[in-house]
Amino acid sequence: MIGSIPPGLLLVLGALVAPVLPGRVRNVYLLALPAVGLAGLIGLEHGIYGEFEVFGYQLAVVRVDKLSLLFGYIFHIAALLSVIYALHVTDRVQAVAGMVYVGSAVGAVFAGDLITLFIYWEGTAVASVFLIWARRTERAYNAGMRYLIIQVGSGVLLLAGAIVHVAESGSLAFDRIGLDGLAGTLIFLAFGIKCAFPLLHNWLQDAYPEATVTGTVFLSAFTTKLAVYALARGFAGTEMLIWIGATMTAFPIFYAVIENDLRRVLAYSLNNQLGFMVVGIGIGTELSLNGTAAHAFSHILYKALLFMSMGAVLLRTGTIKGSELGGLYKSMPLTTGFCIVGAASISAFPLFSGFISKSLILTAAADGHYTLTWLVLLFASAGVFHHSGIKIPYFAFFAHDSGIRCKEAPINMLVAMGITAFLCVAIGVWPDPLYALLPYPVDYAPYTTTHVITQLQLLLFSALAFAVLMRTGIYPPEQRSVNLDFDWSYRRLLLVVASFAMAYGRSTRERLIATAERRIERFIARLYHHHGPQGPLARTWLTGSTALWMALLLGTYLLLYYV
Amino acid sequence: MTRKTDRTPEDKRYWLDDSRNVDKIFWALVLICFLLFGADAFYTKKVHFPFEGWFGFFGIFGFVACVGLVLAAKELRKVLKRDEDYYDR
Repeated sequence: MIGSIPPGLLLVLGALVAPVLPGRVRNVYLLALPAVGLAGLIGLEHGIYGEFEVFGYQLAVVRVDKLSLLFGYIFHIAALLSVIYALHVTDRVQAVAGMVYVGSAVGAVFAGDLITLFIYWEGTAVASVFLIWARRTERAYNAGMRYLIIQVGSGVLLLAGAIVHVAESGSLAFDRIGLDGLAGTLIFLAFGIKCAFPLLHNWLQDAYPEATVTGTVFLSAFTTKLAVYALARGFAGTEMLIWIGATMTAFPIFYAVIENDLRRVLAYSLNNQLGFMVVGIGIGTELSLNGTAAHAFSHILYKALLFMSMGAVLLRTGTIKGSELGGLYKSMPLTTGFCIVGAASISAFPLFSGFISKSLILTAAADGHYTLTWLVLLFASAGVFHHSGIKIPYFAFFAHDSGIRCKEAPINMLVAMGITAFLCVAIGVWPDPLYALLPYPVDYAPYTTTHVITQLQLLLFSALAFAVLMRTGIYPPEQRSVNLDFDWSYRRLLLVVASFAMAYGRSTRERLIATAERRIERFIARLYHHHGPQGPLARTWLTGSTALWMALLLGTYLLLYYV
Repeated sequence: MTRKTDRTPEDKRYWLDDSRNVDKIFWALVLICFLLFGADAFYTKKVHFPFEGWFGFFGIFGFVACVGLVLAAKELRKVLKRDEDYYDR
């Protein structure tokens, strides 16, 4: 900690100063913030800091242990890289939103109690939506609105869960929660939404590709990995997570194959990678939890790298649709190279970061004899190479030449991609420093003959399958289209149901009004009939006949009185 | 955003522009796969599940998985594909 400012809060408060600084000073300042934050974490003693009492409840703003430190480190590194990548952006909204977002995510990772976690949790939601809105299109506005509703909803569930939890257990501490009881279920759902569990996932593929070029790089790193951290902290060893995670690894890759927007392809593959981490949490052994932590670390880097390369393409060509791109390696050779490093890392090629982290989870699944899960993970590993490893670089940079000629990415983007690519390779070649940071002692050697050869077999035969399908024309071509996913249920079905309900309501109302009008008209008509100019009650009677009628009336009255 | 779609006359030809070179890459890949498949004969696989030990298991699995994935996704497209402005209408 820097003085007594908790990690995270430093970035949040620091960001608020940024908009008043002039261009170049602001850039230096934005770089310095995460650098200072990162320096503050190094050598931080494990323990609880910033404890205080509110209404008799014990809050702990900062809890430092190996798990929170690992996520703290990688969040700061990702922030630094994202800031470098965004140095050419002059938009102050994005600068502030990005840094508040990072700060909230860091704060949440170090939160020792559920209320602090909730505050930062909502902080990430509110700050990050500005990275989507900053695109300043109607499409982005709508996607951001849907994103915000879902993210804030997750926070509300977390708060409700925290309140029930404190009522049940009397403690607000954020430790293992477990699924038993209402509190556990509510908190699990809150984490699950942010972690993009199946059927709760669609905000991710909906919103991330609509954010700005640089915004998506920020977004890809923090929200979902914060959820992975929270699940690892609160629900390690929850068996349900194994099949939830396995579903997550397999089901998005089918969408990734047929999706045309290449940043959306990456969003689907992000979802698939989260699945591996969730399986690791579900298995809950030291090896699998190490795997989850290591995979989160390397994933943040290679996913950011892939989003950076696609962002550069979008910036330079104005489109990110596979159907319109191709042949860009001629114009953007460096970006192509960096993209291929990211692709090799996510595919877990030997010597790249994914290889040394994903294998921990697969080995843990095999050790636990989860045969079906292991097979699903293996299928997803082949699939991720297919759509992220090959499809992304192939359709953007190779395939048929689209004829687009553009400039190479700006220098700051190239520097950011270069450093990230270097880290991806460095972790793959020399995994020991990362292994040393993991929550439990590591007794695992990734580079065995069996592992290297079997992995190469899996990947290169997948590549062969792609090549054969491509050459035979079986591979589905990139087409301008959208594919229906679960968001259809709230973007269409709900709309149809609502408009039906409104139409029905409207017709009922109209019928009621029509009946009422008819009745009133009939009443007026009757009134008119009796009291109108021609009505018997409105006629001007002669005084004589009136006197006669009165006499008759009184006479009748008299008669009745005596009878 | 700079988008130049005009090809300049001095647009140089790249190695990959020649389809014969693309063929070379393909056959190189086939050769590498062939060698990797054969590699199973030369070391003792350390396995968790018995089926992992089958000769060339990972290669066959990778190939079948990817072909299956693409064919399934292609079928899925028939159900899921909509026009690009589907949600904007």
